[in-house]
Formats: sequence, C-alpha cells, structure tokens
Amino acid sequence: MAAPTTLPSALADAVRDESSLRRFLHGLPGVDQVGVEQRAAGLGTRSIKKASKLHAIDLAISMVDLTTLEGADTHGKVRSLAAKAKRPDPERPDVPKVAAVCVYPDMVRTAADELQGTGINIASVATAFPSGRSTMDIKLADTRFAVEQGATEVDMVIDRGAFLSGRYGEVFEEIVKVKQACGDAHLKVILETGELVTYDNVRRASWLALLAGGDFIKTSTGKVQPAATLPVTHVMLQAVRDWKNQTGELRGVKPAGGIRTTKDAIKYLVAVHEVAGPEWLDPHLFRFGASTLLNDLLMQRRTQLDGHYSGPDYVTVD
Amino acid sequence: MWEYAPAPESRDIANLKPNYRMFVDGKFVEGSGEPLKTINPATEEVLAEVSTASASDVDTAVKAARRAYDRVWSKMPGSERAKYIYRIARQIQERARELAVLESLDNGKPIKESRDVDVPTAAAHFFYHAGWADKLGYAGYGPDPKPLGVAGQVIPWNFPLLMAAWKIAPALACGNTVVLKPAETTPLTALVLAEIIQQCDLPPGVVNIIPGAGDVGAAITEHGDVNKVAFTGSTEVGKIIQGKLAGTGKKLTLELGGKAANVVFDDAPLDQAVEGIVNGIFFNQGHVCCAGSRLLVQESIADELLAKLQTRINTLRVGDPLDKNTDVGAINSREQLVKIKELTESGEAEGAQRWTSSCPLPDKGFFFAPTVFSNVSQAMRIAREEIFGPVLSVLTFRTPEEAVAKANNTPYGLSAGVWTEKGSRILWMAQRMRAGVVWSNTFNRFDPAAPFGGYQESGFGREGGRTGLEAYLDV
Amino acid sequence: MSDRVTVAKTYKLYIGGAFPRSESGRSYPVSDSKGGFLANAAQGSRKDARDAVTAARKAFGSWSGATAYNRGQVLYRVAEVLEGRREQFITEVAQSEGVQLKKAQSVVDAAIDRWVWYAGWTDKIAAVLGSSNPVAGPYFSFSTPEPTGVVAVLAPQQSSLLGLVSVIAPVIASGNTCVVITSQDRPLPAITLSEVLATSDVPGGVVNIITGRTAEIAPWLASHADVNALDLTGSPESLRADLERSAAGTVKRVLRNKVNEDFTVTPDLSRIRAYLETKTVWHPTGV
Repeated sequence: MAAPTTLPSALADAVRDESSLRRFLHGLPGVDQVGVEQRAAGLGTRSIKKASKLHAIDLAISMVDLTTLEGADTHGKVRSLAAKAKRPDPERPDVPKVAAVCVYPDMVRTAADELQGTGINIASVATAFPSGRSTMDIKLADTRFAVEQGATEVDMVIDRGAFLSGRYGEVFEEIVKVKQACGDAHLKVILETGELVTYDNVRRASWLALLAGGDFIKTSTGKVQPAATLPVTHVMLQAVRDWKNQTGELRGVKPAGGIRTTKDAIKYLVAVHEVAGPEWLDPHLFRFGASTLLNDLLMQRRTQLDGHYSGPDYVTVD
Repeated sequence: MWEYAPAPESRDIANLKPNYRMFVDGKFVEGSGEPLKTINPATEEVLAEVSTASASDVDTAVKAARRAYDRVWSKMPGSERAKYIYRIARQIQERARELAVLESLDNGKPIKESRDVDVPTAAAHFFYHAGWADKLGYAGYGPDPKPLGVAGQVIPWNFPLLMAAWKIAPALACGNTVVLKPAETTPLTALVLAEIIQQCDLPPGVVNIIPGAGDVGAAITEHGDVNKVAFTGSTEVGKIIQGKLAGTGKKLTLELGGKAANVVFDDAPLDQAVEGIVNGIFFNQGHVCCAGSRLLVQESIADELLAKLQTRINTLRVGDPLDKNTDVGAINSREQLVKIKELTESGEAEGAQRWTSSCPLPDKGFFFAPTVFSNVSQAMRIAREEIFGPVLSVLTFRTPEEAVAKANNTPYGLSAGVWTEKGSRILWMAQRMRAGVVWSNTFNRFDPAAPFGGYQESGFGREGGRTGLEAYLDV
Repeated sequence: MSDRVTVAKTYKLYIGGAFPRSESGRSYPVSDSKGGFLANAAQGSRKDARDAVTAARKAFGSWSGATAYNRGQVLYRVAEVLEGRREQFITEVAQSEGVQLKKAQSVVDAAIDRWVWYAGWTDKIAAVLGSSNPVAGPYFSFSTPEPTGVVAVLAPQQSSLLGLVSVIAPVIASGNTCVVITSQDRPLPAITLSEVLATSDVPGGVVNIITGRTAEIAPWLASHADVNALDLTGSPESLRADLERSAAGTVKRVLRNKVNEDFTVTPDLSRIRAYLETKTVWHPTGV
C-alpha cells in the first residue's frame, strides 16, 4: 500500500500491507465507553462566561462550515447561504465570516462564484455522499468534478461496509486515491461514526484516515443518527493530538450534525481546548458542520453585547 | 489564548450565619466548650463562630439520645422511621445548592465536586437506607434483628456532609439514635443537616450533633452509655479508639487510612486510565482515604503514560473552590498543608523525581499544586505513608505477580485500581488485591448500595449495602 | 488389668503439618477431672506461636485460593476421619472433661456433625453474604466475602472437642488459616484432632495447634503484626481487655463471643462472618 506522505518509521510500517495495517489498528489502546462519556460530560460542565464566552462565540462562528445538503437545494438557496456566510449578521459587520460553505457538487460552481475573493472556502461533499455506495470510478469522478467546479475542500465518506467487515486496506486505498483526486483541495474524511457504533471503531477509523492522508477527520454526514456527539469528538481529538505527538503534523477535526446551540458549540470548544490543546482552536484545525447553529451563535452574540436576550426575528433565516 | 473568565458560584447561596450552635435533644443550644472559628481555607478568612461541646455537653447529648432511643425510636415501627429518613433525603435535595456552596466554603473542595458528588450522594444515602428501615428482616441477620442503642460517631473533614450521611442514615434505619461529632475544621454542613433534621420533625434526641475537637470525640466514644462507635479518620486515631474500647463490649467499626495502588497494564484504555489516575489522586485535593496515591504502571508503557499524564495534569485548574471551573480546590487546613509539604520534601530527599503542574496558584489560602513523583521505590516514605494530598507516587512493574506483590505491600487495604482491557486479568487481579474496594477501569466511585470499607489497618466493618447494616444491628 | 503394657502416646504441637515438640523443651502434666495423671503435653512458647503464624501465613495463599468446593470436601473428609476414630475421642473427652461415656458420645457425635455443617457452608457463603450492588450508574458492582487472613484462636477452656471444632471450622471454612491455643487444662483431644487434620487432606499450616498456658502465649498472638484476627473465646476474663488493646495495635478483627456460649446448639453465621472481609468490585458496562 502506498503511504501518502512520508511517515515516521513506526507508522510507515503500519501501512506496509493489509495485515500490518490491521495489526496496527487493533493494537491501538481501547476506549472505555463509560470513561470517555464521563469525561465528556464532566468537561461539559465548564462554565464559560462574559469575555470568554464572547470570544468563544466569535471563534465558533469562524469555524462554521455553513451547510446545505438537501435534495431540495437550488442555486437560489445556495446564493443566499453564501450571502449569509459573508455577512452572518448584516447589522453587525464586526461578526467574523464563516470558514466555509458546504454543498453538493452540482452547487459548487454557484457557491464559488458568490464567494470569490472572500477567503471563505467552498466545501463539497463527494464520493457518493452520504452512503458511499458506488464504484471507485464514480467516487473519483465525483471528487474531480467538485474540484473542477471550484471546491477548495472535499468532504468524502468512507466505505463503512468495508470498514465494519475488516477490509481496512480497501478503505485506506480509497482515501489515498480520493486524496490524489483532490489535488490542492483539502480532504475531510467522514467516518460516519453513527454507523461505526463503538468508540474503538471510531479510534481505528480516525487513525486509518490520518494514515491515508486525510487533512480532517469528520464525524458524520448529518444523514445518520446519532451524528456528532461530544464523546466521539473526544476520541477524534485524542487521535489528532496523538498524531501530532508522533509526526509533528497538525490535522483537523470536524464534528457535523446535531450541534444546534451555542451552549453545545462551547462544550465542543472546551473539549478542543483541553483534550487536543489550544493550538486546535483555529478554523484551520477545527470546524463545525452545521446549518442552524450559526443563527443561535448570532443571537447569543447579541445577547452578550446588548445585555438583554435576543430573539429569532433579529437574525436572518438564510 | 482562550482564558476562561471566572465563573464563581455566589457565596450568598450558602446562607452563612455568623454563629452556629450545637444540636442536642432537638434544639440548637450553646455548648460550654471553647467556641471555635471555622475558616475558609481558600482565603483564610473566618466564616463563622461555632459553639463546641464540653464533657458535660457530651453527657447531655448521650442522655438525650438514650431517652429518645428508649422512649421513641426503638419502639417506632420501621415503616415510620423510614418516612422520617426519606424526609431528610428530600430536604437535602431541596437545599442541595445551599449545602454545596457551604461545603465548598468550609472545606475548600471545588464546587463542581460538592455539587455533583458530595451533596447528591449524601441524599442518596438517606434515600437508600430509608428503604431498609422496615425490611431489616430480609437483610440476612435473622427475622427481627435489633438495634444496638446509642451510636457515637466521629467523622473527618474531607467529606463533611457525606460522611455525616454515611453514618447517620444506616444508624437511624436500623433503629439506633445518634450522637455525632463533625470535624473541627468543617462543622457547618453537619449543623445545617441538623436544621434539616429539626425541620423534618424527627423526635428530639434521635440525632444530636455536637462540634468540637478530638477531646469531644474521645468523650463520645468512651462514654459509658454509648453502645456503638463508628469512626472515620486516621489509622493512628482509629487504633487509639480501638484500644480505649477494649473490654467495653461496645460494637466498633473503623474506616481509616489507605495507600491505594492504581495498577495500569500495557493493554489499558490509556486515555481513560489517565482520567482515572487524575480522578484517583486529585479528586478532593487527594483528601480521600481511598485515593489512588500509588500509581503502578507496567514498564513497557511507563514513559508514554507519564507523558500523557503530565499533559493532562497541566490542564487541571487549581484555585477558587467556588469557581465552577475549578478542578482542584484548597487544602483543608494549614496543618494539612504543612504535612503535605513535609512528605513531598522527604520524597525529594529520598531520591524520587519530582514534577509539579505548571498551573498558577492563588496568592492566599492553602493551596498545593498537583505533584507527581516518579522513580519511586516501595521503601520511600511517599510510597508508604498516607499523604492525603494531591501527590502521586509512580512505581513500575513488569509482571502481574509483581504488580500484586507491590500493591499488597502495605499495612493498609482500603482500595485498589486495575486498568486493562483483558477481562480475565481484571478478575485475577481483583481476587488477589487485598483491598475492600477494587475499581477496575474506573476509580473513586461511591454508591450507597455498594459496601465500602477496608482490610487490615484500613479498618473493619462496611458502610453501604446490605453488608453495611451489620454495623448497626445487634448481630 | 490387661496382660500387656500399653504404648503411651506422646502429645506434641501441630505446626505447619508437622508434630514438633515445643522449641522451649518444656512440657506440663495433664490430669483428668479427678486429678489423675493423663499425659504430658508440650508447653508451647512465644516462639512456637511465632512459627505457627509463619506456617499459617504460608498456607493462607493456597487455602484461600482453593475452590470452595474443594474446601468443603476437605472439611467433610475431616468428619469422615473423625467418625473413624470416634471411640478414641469418646475416651479422651470423657477423661478430659470428666463426663460419662454417654455424654462424651453425644459430644463427639456433635463435633463430627459440626464439621459436616461447616463443610456444607464453604460454597454457600459467597451466595448468602455477597451481593450484586444496584449502583446508580453504568457499572456492574458486586461484593464478595473473602477470608481475613491468619486468625489467632483461643479455644474454649471447657469444651475440649466440640467447642474446639466449633471455633476452628468456621475460621477455615471460608479460607482463613489459624493458630489455635487449646484449652490449657484439657488439651489432649485437640492434639488427637490435629492427627485427624493431618490425615484428612487439610493442607499443613491451615490449622496450627499449640498447647500450653493461654495467658503466656495469647499476648504474643494478640500483638503479632501478621495476625489479622483474634478470637477471644478461651481467654481468661482477666486478660480480655489487655488482649483487645494489643490487637488494636494493628487493627485486628476481634471476636468477643457471648459469655458461656453453648456449643451444643447449631450455630448461626456469626462466627463465619467474624473472619470475612467484604470486597466490592466495580467495572463499567459499555461496548
């Protein structure tokens, strides 16, 4: 198997062949479910107030991959989403812009046109999203199309069937090929943790994706329940932290789906801060895949600054 | 950098009063001992003045307890006793926030612990034992087991309200009456519990709470009309009490010190093991008799684990106990701080390698930064003596047999931890470790349904569960 | 008078499965209830007690680690072997305690039955005294009784066989090992019992039997740091408080039995409970 980057020898050994990859993934320390859930719940009780809360809200806004992934999506819908991405709160120009807009491949060109020169990334899902059930050729074509259309980031899905039946080499090769097809575009690898079920699987899939060259590991498509959860994100943050300790490289994490409130988002940021470390508090290394979260962040931002509670009529619905 | 703004719980919630009095025979009364001033260990300011008992006050309290036992409590059907105990559980839940803030003020423990552990578990103990009061015939001690009489109880400062609950709830459920002395440095929540007991309308004298120092404790345990003594505290004092009670026929249970081994194998769930180690030794500033103060780690993963552990410990937030984000609060007293410092200095002098968390400490109050000693050998004081502070000693082992031998190489035997993903090894270790509680892939879990207590010099008798009832029954 | 001169038995100590004389070289005469000479018994010393504790500690690991089923079979075997030597014990009990043969018979029968009773308990103790604890969280928690360790037993002074069996059997049924100081004036059935133990699959060191002066040896056991529990049953009244005080030095479990305990009635579980520790084990439940 071809390793995508130059890896330290221990990790290069891990991807030498199918059986060494299996041995490596199964040799990772286990994850105790109760322990990780307790730790996540415990960190979730951190009380973030005042200036630290305002800072967190702005940081969270700048980390949002503003997403629309509906069968009913239209160019008009994508255009208004792009407008929202540029100026999340039209009355408050000091609100940071979001990190990216995330759409289906056929909407990429529209988004790219709208966001040209803004520095906002155009993310496209690809590889037969959300199920990933198609041939390799089609998945690669899907990826190339998205990049040609102007995607700067590609959110691929792994073949969960292959992963769950232990065909790790197949999953690895697929990520490597998609990464090649991405060219300069950043690759986010969606593990669909809701289908992997156990934290041990999440840890193995995280390492598999990192070994194969994924720039980000992402929890979910948003189409499967449960989507992102705090403890799953803990396990993924541990993976990128440990990856950095072994390789010196920084890779990112993106929880997606189900994060709707500022309170939730802050719990994730606390986890980033205390599990991975402060250097991950950066849109290059942490993203929220979300649609409704942004408006709650904007409302809470107003509440913090105005000193009274805000309401949904004061933020735009796009 | 993202700094968390202070998020302090308001101290007004504690309803702190300038004076607290002792609770005897259903009334709050002045004691004739020298009043004590209880301080906030995080600021060293005086919180309140508390009246203390003299020897004659102890006698009055025991007499009240005896009267209540003879005339009311021993005659009351269990089903009626149960309802009084349930009332107490409910009132603790209703006043949970007040009790939590008061506990953190008086003890120095972080509010998140008093809020999430001490107070809810105290309520749970009353709730659990209330249910036993009319079911004692099913507990395995015969069809109609009898109470002992007056129970004299002396509790420590590390879990002031929770220890009061551990002591009072089973005593009342089994039909005994109580004279309890809270610790000298942490009397306040026990006296609010007395207020709750008064409001629950318990018959006067069933529970008496009298603050004071060691002499008051001695007067209670040695009082001729006390039938049962329960003590939680140091092994040193426990031995004195056991000695003093020799020949009296009083029933005694002791919950004393510990020097628990927390054993981590190379196949452990490492990230959770790190959490368990941190929780094991830094929970409640390490003021825990069952703290996992000796980390035994398999040599092959020692460096990796230690590195992860240090990274994690550096994220611990030490400071204002009332701040909701504080992980490690204040050391309970200057005396305890001095003891911790003395023992850690001995660790350095004996050649262990000291590492201290980089966390900033407050300017005033009694604080001690989380500390880890590596290269520790069994012969060092820090591996043998109970430090009762946020100080971890790290030792290594190569084989399971060596781990067991080192874990058991102590006169104590209160608790132990084992971390491995291999089920059969957990059970093998759990069988061999001479400790009253074995936490596997977890640490510091407490529940009223689970018996707790030690082997050897960690004491005898159990608290909690069906087994714990024996301590308060004449069986 | 028979034509033949009988071969008299030498009564020795029973330590670690062997029958040594006292290291002190001392012995003392044992009389029957009318003052007639019966035999010389070894007069054990503090060093004999020390050796016995070492033997008991050494035996503790494998005895406590044996299966309860195995311990039950061993205890039942004791009953079998005792039954086979019933006549000998009847004679010895009658001589030692000064009772009629009929009374001695019922005492020996009761002693045999007591072994059977405790043999049946070995594999039921954990079920009856242990528990699965319904804790409020995602954990499986269970509590299981475990033997305390080495128990020093001061055997009853009056009941030389039934009382003796009644204090030893509950100690070893759960996996403890013990050092027994026999009745001072009626030690002979105890030594004969040790011959039964030695020939009935009880591993050496599980029961160690010392004859001699209770008041001389007991304080050494009460203060011995490697003794975990102390049974005061046969202690002289005047010594009890002192022994308890010594025991406090290492937080020993002390059994203060009821005054004039009646060993003829079927016991309850209190003697088994007295030498048990409850160990509570927790483990998370997750996938």
